Amino acid sequence: MSGTTVLIVDDSSVMRKIVERALRQAGLNLTKVVEAGSGREGLDALAREQVDLIVSDINMPNMDGLEFLRQIQSQGLAAGVPVVMITTESGEEHVREALSAGAQGYIRKPFTPDQVRERVLPLLVTA
Amino acid sequence: MSQPTPLIAGKEVEVARLEEYLDRATDEVFNTMMGVRCAPTPIGPGANRESISAVIGLAGALSGSLVLQTSSEAARRMAEKMMGMAPEEVDEMVRDAVGEVCNMVAGAWKGFESSLASGCLLSTPTVVAGSSYELFNQKAPIRIERGYIFETLPFTVTISCEPQG
Repeated sequence: MSGTTVLIVDDSSVMRKIVERALRQAGLNLTKVVEAGSGREGLDALAREQVDLIVSDINMPNMDGLEFLRQIQSQGLAAGVPVVMITTESGEEHVREALSAGAQGYIRKPFTPDQVRERVLPLLVTA
Repeated sequence: MSQPTPLIAGKEVEVARLEEYLDRATDEVFNTMMGVRCAPTPIGPGANRESISAVIGLAGALSGSLVLQTSSEAARRMAEKMMGMAPEEVDEMVRDAVGEVCNMVAGAWKGFESSLASGCLLSTPTVVAGSSYELFNQKAPIRIERGYIFETLPFTVTISCEPQG
């Protein structure tokens, strides 16, 4: 697999770094990591960057992850780019809501690099 | 004195079970994200007097808060274990890390109880640093206060809440 540009959206800078490290440990060759601290910043990033993968938290101030997903769909941004939600919310309703809003994957925090590998790599192969 | 069994989203849930879920959730977060085990321990007098506190608001089936309170030393150690670098002081990275630990504990805790997994919503974490402050609602009918230790460092997690509806 050639290099991957990833957009990581999370209001916690610590979690953005942990997600980046987990993606690298999962075997992704990350050529560029774009970080955003909210859904709104994520939309701004997508307006100027081409990415191969989006990983987003759900529970964020200044536009949460679900609204970010809906905006991506309605604005036609990042067509065909897989989106994986990483969040503390584990209820089935939250999972269904994320998938119906356009997410292709869902990982619950806390997570292991193996879980990231299992959920993310198949999406990049088929993208 | 044991607390009465609360009705949460129409289901009786024993407080002892919520305590057990908190123990499991806390250990799961520390083991998965930091590679260390975390066990319950008695809360000593004056614990965390000079402390960092992370607060998660609970809404929906429960209204209240989950508070993780730790010493500066334990907070720096949590950040070090998560990030792989040792902070010399309690900076923004340390506060962020403690907030995320609290967030994950709250999410894992409610995930163990089916009536809370989807029915209880979490706020984003707020982190308070300093000493001599009180964060808890003394009138909340459900109050769970648990002490934990990882490596040699103690901290506490307190859930103070009221069932809604």
